[in-house]
Amino acid sequence: MRFRFTQTAIDTTRARGELLDLGAGGYVSFEGWVRDHNEGQEVTRLEYEAFQELAVKEGERIVAEALRRFPVKHALCIHRVGTLALRDMAVWVGVSSAHRGEAFDACRFIIDEVKHRVPIWKKEHYRSGDSGWVNCERCAAAPDHAHDHGRDHDEAAVLTIHK
Amino acid sequence: MQLKIQYYALMREQAGRSEETLDTSAATPADLYCELVARYGFTLSREQLKVAVNSEFSEWSRPLAAGDAVVFIPPVAGG
Repeated sequence: MRFRFTQTAIDTTRARGELLDLGAGGYVSFEGWVRDHNEGQEVTRLEYEAFQELAVKEGERIVAEALRRFPVKHALCIHRVGTLALRDMAVWVGVSSAHRGEAFDACRFIIDEVKHRVPIWKKEHYRSGDSGWVNCERCAAAPDHAHDHGRDHDEAAVLTIHK
Repeated sequence: MQLKIQYYALMREQAGRSEETLDTSAATPADLYCELVARYGFTLSREQLKVAVNSEFSEWSRPLAAGDAVVFIPPVAGG
């Protein structure tokens, strides 16, 4: 499987080992970490959930597309689900190839497509006690942004649910 | 006919459940979503969602059959 989920910490040493290849001159990886702020709010933890049956299919399709588009040796993406604390790793992408250029390109392609296409959701919990589903709650208040479905959510909006 | 419906994320919270089996006359996922908005007051508009039938992305106009498993997919936020 070239895309999978884990409920426990991502084992990057083991994941990297799956990319080893005598023809590879190196590998590129990306790690997505839980940071302590978003949209001016102090984040204390995140919850990830996924529609795993479809997410694994779509994730596999993305990695297969990367392997077709870029002349790389191997690629793998692992996404965590469940409750994550600050500094925890939410996602890992690794690509090995003969030369570095295509490995960077393929790695970037995979993480960008995963963020846009794979049915995974993220709930942020804030220091204030509020919480919000990223990309869902301000969209609900401003449907004009509907065409942005999942795009560039790092900059996207979260409206908090006030308890 | 009976359909199996699963809810995730914001929609799971708004429906107050993660899945259910529903007796419905909805002919398509679009019809079904209208019915469920009336029942649960989902705040996401249909244009913001994607839909999956039997664990594959689907058109909103696809005819539904008894036993189909339907999942509405709110805007995603992986990574």
